[in-house]
Amino acid sequence: MQTPPELKYAPSHEWLAPDGTVGISDFAQDQLGDVVYVELPEVGRVVTAGETVAVVESVKTASDIYAPASGTIVAVNEQLSGSPELVNQSPYTDGWLFRLDVTEESGDLLDAEAYAAANG
Amino acid sequence: MSESAGRRRAGLRYSSGVTDTPETPLKRTPLHAAHLCAGARMVPFGGWEMPVQYTGVKAEHDAVRTRAGVFDVSHMGEFRVTGPDAEAFLQRVTTNDVTKLKPGRAQYNWLPNESGGLVDDIYVYRVGPEEFLLVVNAANIAKDWAHLQRYASGFDVRLSDESDRWGLLAVQGPQAETLLQPHTDVDLSAKKKNAYFPATLLGFGVWLARTGYTGEDGFEVFVRAEEAEALWEALLALGLTPAGLGARDTLRLEAGFPLYGHEFAEDLHPLASSYTWVVKDKDHVGRAGMQAAPPVRLIGLALERVPVREGYPVLLGNERIGHVTSGTSSPTLGHPIAMALVRADAADAEAYAVEVRGKTHPARRVALPFYKRA
Repeated sequence: MQTPPELKYAPSHEWLAPDGTVGISDFAQDQLGDVVYVELPEVGRVVTAGETVAVVESVKTASDIYAPASGTIVAVNEQLSGSPELVNQSPYTDGWLFRLDVTEESGDLLDAEAYAAANG
Repeated sequence: MSESAGRRRAGLRYSSGVTDTPETPLKRTPLHAAHLCAGARMVPFGGWEMPVQYTGVKAEHDAVRTRAGVFDVSHMGEFRVTGPDAEAFLQRVTTNDVTKLKPGRAQYNWLPNESGGLVDDIYVYRVGPEEFLLVVNAANIAKDWAHLQRYASGFDVRLSDESDRWGLLAVQGPQAETLLQPHTDVDLSAKKKNAYFPATLLGFGVWLARTGYTGEDGFEVFVRAEEAEALWEALLALGLTPAGLGARDTLRLEAGFPLYGHEFAEDLHPLASSYTWVVKDKDHVGRAGMQAAPPVRLIGLALERVPVREGYPVLLGNERIGHVTSGTSSPTLGHPIAMALVRADAADAEAYAVEVRGKTHPARRVALPFYKRA
């Protein structure tokens, strides 16, 4: 399982990059299995850390994605509408979900080491 | 990330297994260790700890549609019914015509309750004139057993619960016959759908049934529990792909097969489904209860992109007229499919909508099954 050190991780398995990009971890995509649909938020929406902002659907189940920070949605990954499998293939790069203009990070984010230890 | 609210009621839960804390310990099949060896992700299902997937649902699904896979369905229950009144007893407690079932044949059947719902949907195998085997759903074993005991008084029958004595493996897929034939003493090409017969398979004494729950050709293999793991390993060595409950659910849904707890229940009129042939004109336990026409009907829905799940509301115009009973993204068809129970007077439209997280998405009514093998 990969956990890039430059990212922060929510206990609920979202990652947050320094530029506000958000996705789900390698561990999360592996647990979900084949992703078939991703429901993304509207650009411009103001969200609060912990709020449900997206849904990732695998063959078997629908999973809520929580905002790892408060802020405004400034971009979403349009590629996922045609290629949801990117979430499985490249959870930290092409499979990103949305980007936040962060005002305040959630208080319970973990660094890569702590997240990996919790999900070993 | 966590399981979405709309999905929490579903019977087939999917998680790492670590978040589920069932009140009673989960049962394990004789293949538990073998599943872990094969890299399975285990999940709670109907009181059992079962493999939901090994490599991935899509890959396992495709293997069964195009080649052959093997499922552990040892969690299902087996009851033996013997005695001079065995046929008369089963004729009373089931809806299909057991008198038409010849030794060496299997029959899909229902156990009705008195109000016309189902205690379970089952398979009946006739061993001889006075001997039958029933295969029942895992989650219903205790309930079915009590139900059958209650109706057995007055009949000269003996019931025995052999659930712990049998492993049950389902070999399913277009190459099932070709793969098994070199390793058995029986000419499989002479065995038609629903045949049930003893055989030697890979050196093991087993009973085979040409039945399944995937919409493909295949065989279900009854093997002594203590030999199940060795047979499983031997089947994998033949090139069969191990397949889990995730693929079993997508395969059965594409094939339009109802699943107890979703499309059937104690308080659901089973004739809402199109399986009307399972109820024959005879004096069965549920006869009076089933007299009234069902107020709902089971329909098939196809959607463009958004998967829909059990419990999601189904709309006709702006009116809520039913709900989804099972839904998935169909690996074979490449779009979401669902079965839904809708009000009978609203079951013939072409265009519906399904409400997903507060938004409505168009759904087209399509004939069941969604998938039929060539």
